[in-house]
Amino acid sequence: MAARYDRAITVFSPDGHLFQVEYAQEAVKKGSTAVGIRGKDIVVLGVEKKSVAKLQEERTVRKICALDEHVCMAFAGLTADARIVINRARVECQSHRLTVEDPVTVEYITRYIATLKQRYTQSNGRRPFGISALIVGFDYDGTPRLYQTDPSGTYHAWKSNAIGRSAKTVREFLEKNYTEEAIATDNDAIKLAIKALLEVVQSGGKNIELAVIRRSQPLKILESKEIETLVAEIEKEKEEEAEKKKQKKAT
Amino acid sequence: MGFGNKADTSPEKGTDPRRSSEMALLDICRHQDWKAILTPFGAQNFSVSCGSEVTCDEFKVPVGVDPSKFMNRFSEKDGKLKLQFNHGTTTLAFKFQHGVIVAVDSRCTAGKYIDTQYFKKVIEINPYLLGTMSGSAADCVYWERVLAQHCRIYKLRNKEQITVSAASKLLSNMLAGYRGMGLSIGSMICGWDKKGPGLYYVDENGTRLSGNMFSTGSGHSYAYGVMDSGHRYDLTVPEAYDLAQRAIYHATHRDAYSGGTVNMYHVKQDGWIKVSQEDVGKLYQKYLKERQ
Repeated sequence: MAARYDRAITVFSPDGHLFQVEYAQEAVKKGSTAVGIRGKDIVVLGVEKKSVAKLQEERTVRKICALDEHVCMAFAGLTADARIVINRARVECQSHRLTVEDPVTVEYITRYIATLKQRYTQSNGRRPFGISALIVGFDYDGTPRLYQTDPSGTYHAWKSNAIGRSAKTVREFLEKNYTEEAIATDNDAIKLAIKALLEVVQSGGKNIELAVIRRSQPLKILESKEIETLVAEIEKEKEEEAEKKKQKKAT
Repeated sequence: MGFGNKADTSPEKGTDPRRSSEMALLDICRHQDWKAILTPFGAQNFSVSCGSEVTCDEFKVPVGVDPSKFMNRFSEKDGKLKLQFNHGTTTLAFKFQHGVIVAVDSRCTAGKYIDTQYFKKVIEINPYLLGTMSGSAADCVYWERVLAQHCRIYKLRNKEQITVSAASKLLSNMLAGYRGMGLSIGSMICGWDKKGPGLYYVDENGTRLSGNMFSTGSGHSYAYGVMDSGHRYDLTVPEAYDLAQRAIYHATHRDAYSGGTVNMYHVKQDGWIKVSQEDVGKLYQKYLKERQ
């Protein structure tokens, strides 16, 4: 049944599916994990770094990109598609600054990206973008925001979310561990993002890339040393927790 | 016009099937200006696009009429025919510590003939934004209503009021698209938004200026004289009302194209209010008594 209805994007199947869009979502699930956390004065994006070949320069492919000084996004899925979307979003951010004399709100640029994606689900001869994006930033009035878009062109606001390969595991972890006290300080929010990624990433701090935006400050990509320090802190805290539990059991 | 002659630098060359069939058709038809023939009435599209959601109207102009060339004949310095577009009115606006005061006259003239003494030269775009009009009445009324439409759509899409700078930018971008085609608009966009009180002057050349005090129209020099001599940032509200009224009154007294009534508005943080609508004749009597 599905085979007859997935050729052209413009065709609905009898039971109301747009198969190309669903296949695009499958492509997203193959991409490496990205997680986003909205703190009180900080927003954090973390991605799983794919291991590079021996001769490849590490820094050429970045999965976290700034769209403007106060907005950035991470994606999961086809990198080439993401490049196009990011380029258009960057142009739109500047176009908005030019016409409206105000920086974009995170919701505006998310809506723009989502509209762009939807257009590609409803025109001839084009396939949808095979990416989901996590868009974070601060609005003009200082409110932190996190939005997620998917290939169908829908978008939602989240307190924290994950996309990509093991999104479900990470999201379950976040649902258990995202509390008001867990994100009380900036550092706590960053640690929560790392903890979430450590659940699914294979060899620890080396394969994590992290970026933060603090209110009124531009995007900052953390260096591997800083990440190693934080990972070490987290390991230490885990050990202390395990010790406490042992002691409790013993007494 | 063979295949070899086309300098095709588009990146989609060869990949988009529609384009290659268009080009094949072009070769067969051997027409330079096929677009004009294929579109209805050979209409040309003048469109100003300023971003995805803030795009402006397209305005179809019938073939054979190029407005810019038409207007050039009338604005040549030594030409026998010279059309002068005077902005026949007086409007003013100034910022002070309690917001923005906007005052306009209400006379509408067509050459030497007075159309009406009671024309509304302030358009209430939304409860926080006002636009004044001077110049051609038709142009002002039309374009400021289009601006009001864009402001409403902005509010629906973005769930917040449009800023004064954005509204004035929208208007000036729209007008810049018709530059040289004979529009005549001198408008001040006044309001109070999240950035505080805002005042912008926009005209048909695409000029857009932010400032603390503006006056437009044929009577603007008289109004500037009175405003400049009495304006301070720390005026009280009654003093500001008096200053604005006086400035418009004196302009109407000396300028033939201004008169009627003085309509005055005050833009505060929670929106504008209409302060007064005084007949100029009554003001004359009032100021005469003061002098005696």
